[in-house]
Amino acid sequence: MARIGLHNVRHSYVSAPAEDADWALKHMDVEWQDGGAYALLGPSGCGKTTLLNIISGLLTPSQGTVTFDGVNVTATPPDQRNIAQVFQFPVVYDTMTVYDNLAFPLRNRGVKEGSVDARVREIAGMLDLHATLDERAAGLTADGKQKISLGRGLVRSDVNVIMFDEPLTVIDPHLKWVLRSKLKELHQRVGATMIYVTHDQTEALTFADQVVVMHEGAVVQVGTPVDLFERPQHTFVGHFIGSPGMNVLPGQVDGTKVLIGDTAVGKISKDTVFSESSDKIEIGVRPEFVKFASKGVPVQVTKVSDAGRFQIVETRHEDSTIRVLVPEGKPVPSEDAKLAFNSAYTQVYVNGWAVS
Amino acid sequence: MANKTENQKAWLFVLPVVLLVAFNALIPLMTVVNYSVQETFGDNVFFWEGVKWFEQVLNSERFHAALLRQFAFTGTILAIEIPLGIAIALTMPRKGPWVPVCLVLMALPLLIPWNVVGAMWNIFALPETGLLGKVINGMGIDYNFTQQPVAAWLTTVLMDVWHWTSLVVLLAYAGLCAIPDAYYQAAKIDGAGGWAVFRYIQLPKLKRVLTIAVLLRFMDSFMIYTEPFVLTGGGPGNTTTFLSIDLVKVALGQFDLGPAAAMSLIYFLIVLLVCWVFYTLMMRNEEA
Amino acid sequence: MRRFTWLAPTLYIIFLMLPIYWLLNMSFKTTNEILGTFTLWPQNFTLDNYRKIFTDPTWYNGYFNSIFYVAMNTAISVTAALPAAYAFSRYRFLGDKHLFFWLLTNRMAPPAVFALPFFQLYSAFGLFDTHIAVALAHCLFNIPLAVWILEGFMSGVPRELDETAYVDGYPFWRFFIKIFLPTIAAGIGVAAFFCFMFSWVELLLAKTLTSVAAKPIAATMTRTASTSGYELGLLAAAGCLTIIPGAFVIYFVRNYIAKGFALGRV
Repeated sequence: MARIGLHNVRHSYVSAPAEDADWALKHMDVEWQDGGAYALLGPSGCGKTTLLNIISGLLTPSQGTVTFDGVNVTATPPDQRNIAQVFQFPVVYDTMTVYDNLAFPLRNRGVKEGSVDARVREIAGMLDLHATLDERAAGLTADGKQKISLGRGLVRSDVNVIMFDEPLTVIDPHLKWVLRSKLKELHQRVGATMIYVTHDQTEALTFADQVVVMHEGAVVQVGTPVDLFERPQHTFVGHFIGSPGMNVLPGQVDGTKVLIGDTAVGKISKDTVFSESSDKIEIGVRPEFVKFASKGVPVQVTKVSDAGRFQIVETRHEDSTIRVLVPEGKPVPSEDAKLAFNSAYTQVYVNGWAVS
Repeated sequence: MANKTENQKAWLFVLPVVLLVAFNALIPLMTVVNYSVQETFGDNVFFWEGVKWFEQVLNSERFHAALLRQFAFTGTILAIEIPLGIAIALTMPRKGPWVPVCLVLMALPLLIPWNVVGAMWNIFALPETGLLGKVINGMGIDYNFTQQPVAAWLTTVLMDVWHWTSLVVLLAYAGLCAIPDAYYQAAKIDGAGGWAVFRYIQLPKLKRVLTIAVLLRFMDSFMIYTEPFVLTGGGPGNTTTFLSIDLVKVALGQFDLGPAAAMSLIYFLIVLLVCWVFYTLMMRNEEA
Repeated sequence: MRRFTWLAPTLYIIFLMLPIYWLLNMSFKTTNEILGTFTLWPQNFTLDNYRKIFTDPTWYNGYFNSIFYVAMNTAISVTAALPAAYAFSRYRFLGDKHLFFWLLTNRMAPPAVFALPFFQLYSAFGLFDTHIAVALAHCLFNIPLAVWILEGFMSGVPRELDETAYVDGYPFWRFFIKIFLPTIAAGIGVAAFFCFMFSWVELLLAKTLTSVAAKPIAATMTRTASTSGYELGLLAAAGCLTIIPGAFVIYFVRNYIAKGFALGRV
């Protein structure tokens, strides 16, 4: 068990990084609490896997330090970090049985056969693998193989952190849910820190206590699923999480009043100073927190699509689109209408970042 | 494979291939079968002989000796080329500017006409004018492959290793490149050492390409003709008279068409049988 | 330890290059120097051996003969193999598996077994000593190989590509030539490379089926070696020249070699 710290970590795959785009990880300063269930969420190519490999020790960061429980492990090789990793595509040792696969990490560390056996059987029981222990690992289905990869991590009693790199990619849809619940259950039982990398918001939000959202090599927000939904700290988080994503439209701030066109839609605290006139000011509000009203932002309704329990209504205000979620069965105005924003969930963004 | 559609018109697609290969394979094969059961005294007069030639060939000392030499040779070159090929492939760089250089230089022997390979090694190994011959003799070892049976045999083996190890290297190298990084990373995390990585990751993943390498090297070395014929002419004595060389001596040298045809069929059957057994064993192992 | 891994490939390449170097070395020497003294490089550098080859028609024609029938064989093998490989990768039909296996057994057929019947067969058709005879004979082992390699590449192309094209109203042959072939261009390159390679290096059949008009250069070499005694320099020069086309072809496909081998289809 360990608390993991990343301090001023930067990484580049280029030998002499010059411009911003050369950095796969721009800047990282994150603490992962012992025993937490974290999700690392972001689109493909945002640096998730790089970050994961830095924690596991497969990569040494170009700059910065990695600590486990305050001890600097930046230069420690992966096999001495006591970590486990489950990869996107199942990695099993084809020629070995399931039993030998699970025993492999212990035998490599010279553990006595007696304790190997006890430990392997215990883990196999936890993962429902005991029935297949004597079978060749190569013959198992994808979800069975992923369980073996996970099991190879769990057999080691000293494991600090278990990392998952999009582990459900090759799993059949109906088994994804089963395996995810299993992970959740294991997390409670084993108590190890778990970091789960994914680009799928549903997976991230259902697995994790804390979600780390990454974008272009940087962390944009760390928070609980509710935080990410209700208070996105960056317009990217607003777009990326939620379906449909957050509405982001150009707006102005006048004193403490937040305006779209001439309509006031919210308030900000007085002490916020907008110094640069070149700053881009945007207003963000989720479709869930917008409704049709008798007064508010004037719009035209352009499209209504039925999404089951909700209707997604697309409306137009000047050059921007505003989406509104209307519960099933509620009437939708046919053309011109006005929209009211729930001011508690209306955020102002300056150059993409939220201001309170 | 499962989602192929049933379509008998596909035969039209394979027809050109079937015609071309059948023309080249079936007619000559029938000719050989025809000869193998008949006796001729020239003038296209043939007499039915049944399995007489087969009995004669299978019982002849000469055939036994050639077969033994052949298996010894094929066994030796397989035992050298396969491990050596794997070892070279393991030490080759995976990326960088040296990869194409290595590939091109290593593939070079494969593209040299086979009798040029024989001629080249003849020139290279001649005791007086060849580099190899001169160096070995210079070390105080009496070496002359045109006269010493052992030297001739070893030179032939060395030539084959020179000629064909690259095939094994290229196959094994391609197999190694196809192993995803995640396997090496998992092994690192699991604390596996270099030997364990080879034994449990690389070797199992190479099984398929190595099966092909062994089959190809077996088939081609078992029927080797041109290179040793040019290098040594089968001599001195019969030291390097392998099956094909013996066959051509019988067929064209003595014009004994019947026995030669019987020998041809026997060799072909041996190759087919060994390949089939080896392949079946490897595949059964796979399923178990 | 890791630092010295370059040693093994380097030593191996040196081992591969030594006989080739020696051949090159000999080809620049005079017969007198070869027989008289032992030298590691030519003392009296001469191009006479090459001059002889480029001025004597029996030599340079042999060179063209080889290139001619190899090119023909490559074209025939790949062209015939393309539709067949497509059929094997896309359709199920009566006897498909047996046919595929039968094709592959021909790759095992030892040329020495077939040499004499081939001679009789091609003589009977009046094709003896023509380029097409050698080109057709080499189809025996090159077509199965080409079908095998191409089938591997085609199976890697999703069937949706075919279906989309039909839905878009492409007639079959237009789809095959305009869309499908460009998709598997790398595979065609690899198949052509191996057809070239095996046709170029095979000589037993090529020699049996030719006498004058289509005689390959490498066969001319054997004749020289036996008739005019020890013209080692000339022999070496001819040998060096036969290496060049191969080296040239490998250089062009160097980036595809590993990929072609990776399919395990050779």
